[in-house]
Amino acid sequence: MRKYIINALLFISLVAIIVSCQNQETIDLQNYMSNGKDIYKAKCQNCHGENGEGLRQLAPPLTDSVFLKVNKSRLACFIKNGANESLVVNGKEYKEKMPAFPELADIDVAQVMVYITNSFGNKQGFVPYSQVSKDLENCK
Amino acid sequence: MNKVTIYLAILLLAVSVFTACKQERKLPFYGERHAETVKDAAGVEKIDTVYQTIPAWSFLNQDSVITTNKATDGKVYVADFFFTSCTTICPTMHRNLMTVYNDFITNPDVMFVSHTIDFKYDKPHVLKKYAQKLGVDGPKWLFLYGTKDSVYTLAEKNYLVAVGEDSTAKDGYIHQGYLVLIDKDRRIRGAYDGTKADQVEQLKKDIPVLLAEYKK
Repeated sequence: MRKYIINALLFISLVAIIVSCQNQETIDLQNYMSNGKDIYKAKCQNCHGENGEGLRQLAPPLTDSVFLKVNKSRLACFIKNGANESLVVNGKEYKEKMPAFPELADIDVAQVMVYITNSFGNKQGFVPYSQVSKDLENCK
Repeated sequence: MNKVTIYLAILLLAVSVFTACKQERKLPFYGERHAETVKDAAGVEKIDTVYQTIPAWSFLNQDSVITTNKATDGKVYVADFFFTSCTTICPTMHRNLMTVYNDFITNPDVMFVSHTIDFKYDKPHVLKKYAQKLGVDGPKWLFLYGTKDSVYTLAEKNYLVAVGEDSTAKDGYIHQGYLVLIDKDRRIRGAYDGTKADQVEQLKKDIPVLLAEYKK
């Protein structure tokens, strides 16, 4: 009998841990999304547009989920250091230089990246800022 | 009898109210003005108001062709100041201005003139590439290159738009994002913040009002 109670307690606490973990991640995601949106408006929207539609051939759209997925580990580098190479997005080539945003801290980069990869029809989920810091160390 | 008079009075009032409402909207004149004595067609002297006008100009367009103010003769046009490597307000300005351009694309009386303030980098071939990438390449929307002096003076003295070099600014230049509406007599008739969607909508409404002035 006692064994059952202990097992049940263990099981319940395990479930509780998992549930609360998920909750923490959901809360983090919401935090990142709302802060990321503010950063997006201030730094990205001018060129990439309110709905990530881009600006003709001058700035690529952020609606290409495949591009965002394939280049996931490079996104943080693009955001912080800009881009000075030709990129193919949605089957179109973009050659304009993207400016760097050195003033963004790792946490800002993580938040705006989570916002972009979970808006405009993208749904890549949460990326913790520790992962983004690692990505940033490996920038070319 | 009395009743008829009252009805008539009400009818008259209603008519006058309606006609008053129909008074046409007219755009204001911006800039300095002064009174001048002029002779009319019959040779009679009278005093008239003279408004500030855009002086003659001559710049290279995106095709490296010398373009003067003659290009805008007989047209109302929207002028703005920008530079191609600008990452702050210019993309938004031109994103919005593009919607105005598309609205009036078939109207030969409307033109667009964008002056670059980056005299170091924005040579005509750079402007050409920019126009092509924006998807608006053609004579209806001019992208003009000129010396610092000529462009900056034109901006500040004539179009009343502040521009300048600023080494502390991220892209090296600062400027206001006004879209300036010029009438067929080169007078300033409106200035709209190109970064604000509601003001750009107002511009779209004001262009036909300005064109209507010349239809009479």
